[in-house]
Amino acid sequence: MTRLPRIGVVTFPGSLDDADARRAVESMGGDAVALWHADHDLAGVDAVILPGGFSYGDYLRCGAIAARAPIMDEVGGFARRGGPVLGICNGFQVLCEAGLLDGALVRNASLRFVCEDVWLRVETAQTSVTLGLTPGELVQIPVKHGEGRWVATAEQLDRVEGEGLVVFRYSGRDGVLSDAANPNGATNHIAGIRNDAGNVVGLMPHPEHAVDPDVGPTGGQPLLASLLETALAGVGA
Amino acid sequence: MTEPLHRQLGLEDDEHDRIVATLGRAPNRAELAMYSVMWSEHCSYKSSKVHLKTLPIEGDAVLVGPGQDAGAIDAGDGDAIVFKIESHSHPSAIEPYQGAATGVGGIVRDIVSMGARPVALLDPLMFGPLDDARNRWLFEGVVAGIGGYGNCIGVPTVGGEIRFADAHSSNPCVNVLCLGFAKADELVTSQSLEAHAGSLMVLYGAATGRDGIGGVSVLASATLEDGAEAARPSVQIGDPFAEKLLIEASLELIDAELLEGLQDLGGAGITCALSESAARAGMGADVDLDAVPLRAADMEPFEILTSESQERMLAIVHPSKLDAVLAVCARWGLRTAVVATLVEGGTLTIRHRGEVVAQMPARSLVDEGPEYDRPRAAPVRTDTLDPALTPFDGDLTEALRTVLAAPGIASKRWVWRQYDRVVQGNTVAGPESDAAVIRIPGTLKGAVVSSDGKGRFGRLDPYLGAMHAVAEAARNVAVTGARPVAITNCLNFGNPERPEVMWQFAESIRGMRDACEALDTPVTGGNVSFYNESGESAIDPTPVIGMLGLLSDHRLRVPSAFPSPGLAIYLLGETAAELGGSEFAEAVLGDIGGMPPALDLAKERALLDLLVAAAGETLVTSAHDCGDGGLAAALAECAIGLGHGFAVSLPTDLPSHVALFSESASRAVVSVPAVDEDRLRELAAAHHVPAARIGETGGPRALIDGAVDIPVTELAEVWETAIPRMLGEAV
Repeated sequence: MTRLPRIGVVTFPGSLDDADARRAVESMGGDAVALWHADHDLAGVDAVILPGGFSYGDYLRCGAIAARAPIMDEVGGFARRGGPVLGICNGFQVLCEAGLLDGALVRNASLRFVCEDVWLRVETAQTSVTLGLTPGELVQIPVKHGEGRWVATAEQLDRVEGEGLVVFRYSGRDGVLSDAANPNGATNHIAGIRNDAGNVVGLMPHPEHAVDPDVGPTGGQPLLASLLETALAGVGA
Repeated sequence: MTEPLHRQLGLEDDEHDRIVATLGRAPNRAELAMYSVMWSEHCSYKSSKVHLKTLPIEGDAVLVGPGQDAGAIDAGDGDAIVFKIESHSHPSAIEPYQGAATGVGGIVRDIVSMGARPVALLDPLMFGPLDDARNRWLFEGVVAGIGGYGNCIGVPTVGGEIRFADAHSSNPCVNVLCLGFAKADELVTSQSLEAHAGSLMVLYGAATGRDGIGGVSVLASATLEDGAEAARPSVQIGDPFAEKLLIEASLELIDAELLEGLQDLGGAGITCALSESAARAGMGADVDLDAVPLRAADMEPFEILTSESQERMLAIVHPSKLDAVLAVCARWGLRTAVVATLVEGGTLTIRHRGEVVAQMPARSLVDEGPEYDRPRAAPVRTDTLDPALTPFDGDLTEALRTVLAAPGIASKRWVWRQYDRVVQGNTVAGPESDAAVIRIPGTLKGAVVSSDGKGRFGRLDPYLGAMHAVAEAARNVAVTGARPVAITNCLNFGNPERPEVMWQFAESIRGMRDACEALDTPVTGGNVSFYNESGESAIDPTPVIGMLGLLSDHRLRVPSAFPSPGLAIYLLGETAAELGGSEFAEAVLGDIGGMPPALDLAKERALLDLLVAAAGETLVTSAHDCGDGGLAAALAECAIGLGHGFAVSLPTDLPSHVALFSESASRAVVSVPAVDEDRLRELAAAHHVPAARIGETGGPRALIDGAVDIPVTELAEVWETAIPRMLGEAV
């Protein structure tokens, strides 16, 4: 009998969307496992989500303290062994601070927090969260952040663009890129990126808030379905 | 000559005498400080109590009424909804970001101390006109503070309202409502838990500093005069991260049944938490101030006792459970200190460095404060002529553009875009809706909540203004299909020592009472914010009503926007020539006189019942309150939502501008598929509510009888860009 994919969701002090991510995983047919920042233990999960929020208040650089939490030693090892890791919003910031992804997330160009549903254009299917999606396809997912403008050094940007590491870009609902459709002024409209292997993905939008049609759009469903499928594949491997 | 200390602390001479009589001696400095905060207007409700007692508080659904940290309503199946509104206006007038932020923090702790998880925030705000730079600073600062705090604690901000009036230039009003969910049998109230002599009082959360000293007395219970900026040290500084930890730790402590009592620290700080906890338990307490974690080692006893440092809670813990409590707090990284022990006898004894620095009956601080029936006097009004009597021959399309661009009507997207509205994943409808709808997790039930204040109506007639606020809040809930159940209220007024203000207050309470009785929506609690005035300029009497309703199935929620073309549009209710206090009168005619519209509570009740019944039978595809800006604004908003235009004829023989912009009460605009029209008319007749078929949805334009003809996209542009334009932003 096949078992459900077990998806760990890390709670840092100040994590806010951890319960939401667990609920979304369960609603998509996964088994959500709560992980605690102070533990050196991933409880044998098949994939890890670093959720949104303001870990440690984000009073230092966003994600900087969380990136040095005990559990991140284990997440780092898991990622290097090819385990699927998804960082959402604050989780994306943590992954950048932990050196698992390129670039950094800085204050929105507007200097204001922004919460709205955005359209994302899929740039690559070669990741743990875009299996089954086609480049050019559009999904609608909410963003909510004050520091979500992805920036990078010229070298990093060359690498990220040159090696196809961009996973999503903010676009209009017609797929066209524009400043108006870019909620935070991110470089090259980048909403999410991956590592070389494609098992580690960070994105600012919140797929866990886009699975339940009663409360919002459903563009997060294919992302989480992909993560669950990848996690399950890892179980067999 | 310097004033005596008690007056500097905001106590009257006769209040000082009362303290001397209670203690049988003159109070020392620390004791005076304690009485001054506990007997402040803000904490003691000394000027309002006599009136508040007349409000209806009983109802089948009421689980917890006034007198606790928040009210609670039975949502069926063992679910309880907790809600409460508060003001943080004075701090926000001085330091808008921190003032608004700590207002959010305070109300959230009220909900937590009831044992409920905070699930939604709404922010009714009032500012002076945005053409003034300082008003823009206040507006932007308050909005940033609400977002900065609310977004960081994982509680969605899902609604509220924003109004503008000259008098708010020096006195912005910042109210905040919080909704919480709990299991009814797990609510924490002074009745639900039993505290014992020998039990320990554990202070947990942030350390105590010199911020917010005398906030309730110096700041909240006096008018803001020139130089009020000097009171800035009385504004607290918020730490939302600490609040988030406090929420999780507190709910865990309650879940694990480790507590005998729980109290948040807000106004009047440790003094209030200690004395209320002890008095509610019918006991006293031995307090050791040396145990209180301090930010500055040399703080004096009176400073420790009255500091309003944020993000602190006080738990009453049986000694056998102390270790478990400390472990939970440690897991969340929270500082803890055992600061007091409950004792028999009712005396609060406070020690500092081995000496008794204050001693008094706990009850004397909490329950034995002064109570005033202050003199009231109705002002003489002369401008009672309704603006509808003034002929108007202007262009009505232009008038509609003007009304839609009025800041009170215009889209508030600029504001709510800055609020996290989706965290927790239960926001069925947010600020774009007449009322917010929050799903109760694991059920199909929806808690529906709206907040409304009618300051312009209140100025013209405070009795009617308060009734309208209740009625409109109920209507905003009912258009979603939900049955209005109960209210919480935030009463924003000027200086109660002025007879005119006290008259406004008494009239407002009378109006609220009559409306709540007629609509069967009892009062579960609230907050009084007096002294919103400076110089000769008091704010309009503005009771803000937070109305709670229940949807048995959130999927039956009725949206406000026209969902498609080809639907019949009905106006429910009657329109009369009533432009007094209307947006049209102010924005177009520049006339702020007259009387508010009449309000027949039996008709209002009938409309509410009809709306709920029609939603229950899924007859209507949209429903929108017809209030601010009249029928014209209501139709425009219905069209702007999803871009479906309309063509309607005016149903009355009133002059066109009156029919379009009159703000007659007890009306709603609904859209209905042809197949359901007969049934809707039948249902309306059964409820004795006039239902006029005024036209149909469809097309790209807003067409009203030849009077208005404009593309919906143009209306949307006017409505959406008005606020950003006022803030000087490129749009």
